[in-house]
Amino acid sequence: MTERPDLRQALGRLLGPAAPEVGCDECFEQLDRYVELELAGRDADAAIPGLRAHLDGCPACREEHESLRALVGGEQAL
Amino acid sequence: MTAAVCREPAWYTEHVATADVPSVTLPLDPESRAWLRDLRATGAVRDEAVARLHALLMRATRFEVARRRPTLPHLRGNDLDDVALQAADDALMSVLARLDDFRGASRFTTWVYKFGLLEAAVKLRRRAWQGREVPLEPESWSFFSTAALEPAEEAEQSELLATLQHAIEHVLTPHQRRVLVALALNGVPIDVLAERLETSRGALYKTLHDARRKLRRHLEDSGLAFDAWLGEEET
Repeated sequence: MTERPDLRQALGRLLGPAAPEVGCDECFEQLDRYVELELAGRDADAAIPGLRAHLDGCPACREEHESLRALVGGEQAL
Repeated sequence: MTAAVCREPAWYTEHVATADVPSVTLPLDPESRAWLRDLRATGAVRDEAVARLHALLMRATRFEVARRRPTLPHLRGNDLDDVALQAADDALMSVLARLDDFRGASRFTTWVYKFGLLEAAVKLRRRAWQGREVPLEPESWSFFSTAALEPAEEAEQSELLATLQHAIEHVLTPHQRRVLVALALNGVPIDVLAERLETSRGALYKTLHDARRKLRRHLEDSGLAFDAWLGEEET
């Protein structure tokens, strides 16, 4: 099938994740636990259902997840 | 994933955006316990703990500022330092006000960091959009166009886009349409839109989510296999 990244990206933004997701407030509540589970190699998605889907659908929460993971992961690596 | 699977289970509409993930309370690690003890103390012990907490938050806000610096060429070093300091000050208030909410689901420092990162990120997104008009109507549909499609795919894509455009214009409520267009089409950060519309991020995301579900349902009812275009097919 022909490559169509632009359309796929735009549709993804418009239609959001297919899977059930939590909202921004719940995402913030759970983010610290989720990141620590991820960094410990545990199954964070099983422990906190709906958070990964929210990160896929919400750019702001995704950025904050990336920052927290980078900050905490960087400190653990020291 | 097939289009039919996209229909949400019954619990979904009840819990999304006001989600019902059970809170976790765990025994505190010694470091987290010491933080709470000192922050709940009085006098010099508390003052010293608050100062350490502020320093911890500064680490988070400076980290966020540094990560976003390449996207903020118009802000000078002093401006960025000010943002980091203001964000740490505001985050300090939030952390102290919510100390009883900390249940030990993570280390205390990780819990604290997220407040600093959030405050800095929100301030920087708003600074980046300061003085800019927030577009609430579609600026263009042209970014949908893709090159080098086979004729059959091109027809399929045209039908999908026409159906989608019609749904955005006629199926969504005016508020849902403005929020979807601003956030998902025009790339307005959700914090910026929340500030302009005098609402909250959570409320806006709920509106965006409801609009997205309406669009998905409309496409499904139209018999369009949009999951193939999204890469959601079952393999």
